[in-house]
Amino acid sequence: MTMSEQINKVTELATRQSGVAKFRQDFPCLAQTISDHPLVYLDSAASAQQPLAVIEKVADYHRHNHANVHRGVHTLSHRATEAYEGARDLVQTFINAGSRSEVVYTSGTTESINLVAQSFCRPKLAPGDKILITHLEHHSNIVPWQLVCEQTGAELLVAPINEAGEVDIDNLFRQLENGVKMLAIAHVSNALGTIMPLREIIEKAHSLEVPVLVDGAQAVPHISVDVQELDCDFYAFSGHKMFGPTGIGILFGRETLLDAMPPYQGGGDMILEVRFDGTTYNDLPYKFEAGTPNISGAIGLGAAVSYMQTIGMHAISAHEHELLQYMTGQLDQVDGLRLIGTAADKASVQSFLLDDIHPHDLGTILDHQGVAIRTGHHCAMPVMDFYGVPGTARASLALYNNQDDVDRLVAALTTAKEIFR
Amino acid sequence: MIAQSQSQEELRDLYRELILDHARSPRHFGKLDGATHSAEGINPLCGDKLKIYFSIDADGRISDAKFEGSGCAISVASASLLTDTIIGLKTEAALDFFSTVISRLSGRSEDGEQPFSKVDLGKLIALEGVKEFPSRVKCATLAWHALNSAIRNESETVSTE
Repeated sequence: MTMSEQINKVTELATRQSGVAKFRQDFPCLAQTISDHPLVYLDSAASAQQPLAVIEKVADYHRHNHANVHRGVHTLSHRATEAYEGARDLVQTFINAGSRSEVVYTSGTTESINLVAQSFCRPKLAPGDKILITHLEHHSNIVPWQLVCEQTGAELLVAPINEAGEVDIDNLFRQLENGVKMLAIAHVSNALGTIMPLREIIEKAHSLEVPVLVDGAQAVPHISVDVQELDCDFYAFSGHKMFGPTGIGILFGRETLLDAMPPYQGGGDMILEVRFDGTTYNDLPYKFEAGTPNISGAIGLGAAVSYMQTIGMHAISAHEHELLQYMTGQLDQVDGLRLIGTAADKASVQSFLLDDIHPHDLGTILDHQGVAIRTGHHCAMPVMDFYGVPGTARASLALYNNQDDVDRLVAALTTAKEIFR
Repeated sequence: MIAQSQSQEELRDLYRELILDHARSPRHFGKLDGATHSAEGINPLCGDKLKIYFSIDADGRISDAKFEGSGCAISVASASLLTDTIIGLKTEAALDFFSTVISRLSGRSEDGEQPFSKVDLGKLIALEGVKEFPSRVKCATLAWHALNSAIRNESETVSTE
């Protein structure tokens, strides 16, 4: 590397760092102390913090524009509807859905997946039919399928993972060829951070006419998602993992599939005409949005999308990728630390164990030094069983984290070692 | 640096030598053959899962106690200390320990009054470090709830949730 290249690289790094420092200031919740230590928040995979842009957008809605949507001719109802539907447009652009009819509001990833299991799969499944998932799914991409299997007599198949936490693609392909009716798969593993080679998998599934649902909860905050490029049939994610409010999420569904599906729940807003001798359902996406929706949540989600777009998904990915490599490297140097989840392609997350310290004890010791991490099974008990551990400690990154956060984590781990010496 | 030393002090108060010792070398660990009473305790939050066995003889004395399972240092140490404490006691006396431990660790009694001490906690005092760590009180009391359930012959599995 020439001197000028080196200078360019340093400048680029410095620019990126200062840019990130600026983003961090947008998150008021991060500016506090825990047990007299400045907070280091490394639990964004559980729930990300909200920037002021989201907090204020939601507050502004409550303060000035609240009314029910799609119902009134009065001004407030009009404003609320505009904001609520405007957020849908933002989401559509964000994930590059072909049409706004394909963007269904739900309460979160969990409801999105349950909706597909019950509305898309259940009517089609017969005893002996097979649904395929992988070993590293979150419980929310396991249990809805178990339920629909119980209801229909279908069978749940599981594609195995290797020691690094990568899905055995050959095995997955073999099982797909075995007459599978549905594939449900994470985009990014919440416990291990593994990024799935989705395009390859979806291409294979579609060659066998197997529809694919992607659990994108852990992908959307970190990597650019284009549902048309992925060519997935369903894509589920949550607002609160991507700097938006809790209780709001999205189900993207291919329009032709959504159109053919019966409603998931009945109620107001999902109908065109209700008579006692029969009801006509509303058009997409409203057919799947029964009852008064989470209006402020949707508006907050829209604000979160705008916020992320302002920064740019590629800038966010690049920053996090660099930071994850730094964190993994630093953790790997801690004596007695075992990294769990070492896939070649990863995002945001590093799980680990330290000596024989139970993750929950580690969590307490770190919290008392202001470092918030997740400990436990991460709603992925089968993953824990695979590694033969009751749980792990998990540090997860978001756009607002920096190298100082990682250094504080490592220092806190040193204290844990001293206490348990 | 004052903050640092204070929070480390609290951590060392939670993870006292006695706690770490019992967590690393739990006493009376294993299954008790011929147990007359047993109960399981589960803490879904952190995955602690303990099973406690007792032999209670005809006059209501706990002649032996053992436990098995896995959990964090606090829950394992607490179960170990529990077995150490209650072997040889009458069940009423063991239940007095239960109510005192629960009261002292959670900072209140069953009827919401001030914490009380029906008995001298002795080395169980070591568990009091959890008072500064509200999220860990469940870990420390898990085995005790299982004890209460086993003696009263209530449900086989108690959960902290």
